[in-house]
Order: sequence, then structure tokens, then C-alpha cells
Amino acid sequence: MTLIIEHLTKQFAKNGQETVDSLGDINVRIQDGEFICILGPSGCGKTTLLRIVAGLESPTSGKILMDETVIDRPNPKLGMIFQDYSLYPWRTVNENIVFGLELRGIPKEDMAGVAQKYLELAGLSGFGNSYPYELSGGMRQRVAVVRALAVDPSVLLMDEPFGALDAQTRNRLQHDLLEIWDKTKKTILFVTHSVDEAVFLADRIVVLTPRPGHVCEIIPVELERPRDRTSVEFAKVRRYVLDLINQPKCSFS
Amino acid sequence: MSRTLFTAGPHWRKSVLKFLLPVAVIITWEVLAIILDNPFILPSIGSVLEVLIHPFVDILGNGSLFGNAIISLGRVIVGFLVAALLAIPLGIGMGRSETIYEFFDSFLQLLRPIPPLAWVPLALAWFKIGLVSMVFIIGMGAFFPILLNTLDGVKGVKKTWIEAAEILGARERQILSYVILPGAAPTIWTGMRVGFGIAWMCVVAAEMMPGTNSGIGYLIISSYNWGQVNVIIAGIIVIGIIGIAVDYLFKLVARRSFKWRELER
Repeated sequence: MTLIIEHLTKQFAKNGQETVDSLGDINVRIQDGEFICILGPSGCGKTTLLRIVAGLESPTSGKILMDETVIDRPNPKLGMIFQDYSLYPWRTVNENIVFGLELRGIPKEDMAGVAQKYLELAGLSGFGNSYPYELSGGMRQRVAVVRALAVDPSVLLMDEPFGALDAQTRNRLQHDLLEIWDKTKKTILFVTHSVDEAVFLADRIVVLTPRPGHVCEIIPVELERPRDRTSVEFAKVRRYVLDLINQPKCSFS
Repeated sequence: MSRTLFTAGPHWRKSVLKFLLPVAVIITWEVLAIILDNPFILPSIGSVLEVLIHPFVDILGNGSLFGNAIISLGRVIVGFLVAALLAIPLGIGMGRSETIYEFFDSFLQLLRPIPPLAWVPLALAWFKIGLVSMVFIIGMGAFFPILLNTLDGVKGVKKTWIEAAEILGARERQILSYVILPGAAPTIWTGMRVGFGIAWMCVVAAEMMPGTNSGIGYLIISSYNWGQVNVIIAGIIVIGIIGIAVDYLFKLVARRSFKWRELER
């Protein structure tokens, strides 16, 4: 499965006639099983880019291709995780996890096993009958991740999923996400504004310019996993990315 | 300053404060009743209690307090259900579709400020005296609070809840039943609570329409014709008690079923 973002642009209508360029000509080709981080400053359109890939918004021009299929509406092969978790507060953790299966009319007894499996994957055994409001932010986001995984998508789209969490929880979840990624072999497209996060997670970092967002550079990160945030090699990559986003070619377009 | 007044005082002071006014009213009432000595203007508390503790006794051939209250409650429930069955689907439709919203909005805005009781003469002209007229008036009273709250609730459903469902493959019908309805339910329920309160006020007034011969509103108005002020007051108290009880039931269900709403924020 390859995911191709081809000549993608997006304009928004602003007070009637004027239009604002949000994204300008994005081209990215994502390999099966790759972990891609999209890094860019606030307002550069990275969330818009992800929403277009998810089929929640339509591009002004260009297209998204998943193998040969054009994505122009939500597709079960593309799972999405939102920053605000967007769990259903009236459903228990288990009921949230199997929500996608329930929509598909899978019988109840089959869902129980799936719920158990993903609950364990999330490291939340014993919390199946809790409600989201009884969990911490980090735990909620774990539930959101396995809810997306439970319908077995090929690609996970993650929109600054750890942005609302404290640093410690965030590091922990990054670590756990890599573990899940390793186990499930999903392709992941992960939007962030944190250089540290991108260097820790990604196979390749797609650096976007400020609005209108262009691809400034695609940086392969060839560090061994598990990566050590305090190592010299990590610091080198980190410095390279930080230098890059301060250069004129990435700050202006 | 007012903060310290509410928080610093000992607990018993709050409880005493709560009962101060009702006790004062009761004492004043009884004193005034003795001074006036005219049961056609202000009967004694004893004579009102006398009516209240015999709720099953027939009053001047008009039926008992209890029986009439049940009749009124039945009418309210019918009118309320009709209103809810119309208002909830309409509110959901208006909340989900711009077209439906634009189609209905201006017309409904026109009807909204009309007090339900202004419909009484029209109801009589169209439906004559009887259940249909009352259901119409009660329904008019309950309809708008339910509609507006449903609309509010549907609009207030988090966008990412809907999108998460779309991503997981939900069709519009499933989004309605799995996301919109449960997400808006607490607000819809509030609308039903308010709507029921108004419906209850409307039924009493509707039962005072000429030609009606049952219900708590009728009991009160006919007691006035017979000079039975103690029955009037007893009836008013029953109306109040039923109103509070139903409101309490609505709140109880909300607290049990929509716990997530308070804890989510």
C-alpha cells in the first residue's frame, strides 16, 4: 500500500470573494509501513493537509491516492486520531474501542474478544468498563488510538495527538506508539509542531513552510530505534532540523 | 462580602434561613385569617389542610382532588408527547440540514412569541371543547422549549465526534443514532423538562376554558363559583406539588443518565 499526495493545493474563501492560500503544491509519496511526521509552524496548514488525506475536506486541486484509489471521502482504510481524543463520553472504554465494529454490524460476542485484545495493546487492561472521564488525558488518547486500530486501517492519521499532554506522558505515549507501530505494521502520518517529537518518531520528516504551506524539505531520519533523546546523534538530527526551519527557504515561500 | 455571607456561616444557619420565609408566610396567613374571619376571602390553614388530607373525597360533585389531578396529568402527558414527537425530529432535522433550517426557521420565529393561551379561542373554534383543544394548547406550550433545546443540543455536538464516526465508516443514519442523539440527549432532556413545566401551566389554564368539566383547573374555577376558597388554595398547592415532583423526576433521570456531561468538562 502506498499513499501518494499529488500536487495538492488548498484555498479557503475569506469574507466572500478573497481567498487565502493554505497549502501550495504538496507532493509526498509514502511507502507501506513508513512513519512520516509532518512538521510545521502553527497555521501552516498541516492539519488541513491531514484532514484532506482523511477525506474530511476536499483539496482545491491535486489528489490523494491510496494505491490506485482516489481518496475524496472518509475511507475505513484510513484511521484518524484527533488531538482532543474525541472519545464518546457516554460509552465505556470497551464500547468506544468496538465502536467502528458496531457500525459494521459485527455481533456482540465477537466484539468482546476484540475489545480485550486492543485494551491490552493500549496497556489499559482492567479499565474496559470505565468511562473516558474517569481516565487521564494520556489514557484517553491510548483508547483513541486503539479505537482507530480496531477496524484495521492501513494508515493511521494523527493530528497532534499528544499536543495536550504533559511532557512526561507525551514521551511515554511516543514510546508506546512506536511499539504499537512495530507490532501492527501500520503506515503512520503524524502531524506535529515539535521538532523533538518528529525526530524521535519519524522515518522521514516532511518540513512545511509557514502559510501557504509548501514542502520545504523531506528529511530521512536514519537513527536506530529505540532512539535516545540524549544521544549525540539525536542532537545532530535535531539541530539540523532546527537550523533548517530557521533558514529563509523554510521560513518564507 | 456576599461570599462570606454564604460560606462562612455555620451549617444550621443556612437551614434556618431556608425555612424562615415559608414559616413567616404560614403564620401571617393564619393570623390574617383569624383577623379577617371571612373564609370566602382567606380561609384558615386548617380548612385547606382538611381538603388536602382527604384527596379522594368528592368535592361538590366535581370529583376528588386526586382524580382531577390525574385527569390533568393525563392531558398534559398526551399534549407533551405530541409536542415532543414533533419537536425532537424537527429540531434534529433543523440542526443537521441547512435547507430544513432555512425552510422552517422564519415561520417558527413568527409563532414562537405567541403565548400558548392566546391560542385558546382559536383552539375552541377549530376543535371545540375537549381533549383535542387542550392537547393543542398544551402542545403549543411544550413545543418551543423542546424544539429550541434539541436544535441547540444537535448544534452543540462536538465536530470531532461526528468526524471520528465518519472516519470509522458511519453512514448518516448511524451518525444520527450513535452520535447526534446520545450527544444531544442531555440538552434535549433539559428542553423536555422545561417544556413539561410549561405544559403543566397550560393545562391548568386550558381547563378553565368554558365548557370543561374535569381536571384540577376546572376544580379550582368551579370552586371559585361556589365560594370554596379553601379548595382553590388546596388545588393550587396540589398543582405546585405535582409540578415540583415531575421536575424532580426529570432532574433525577438526567443526573443518572447524563453523568458524563458534568464530568466531561
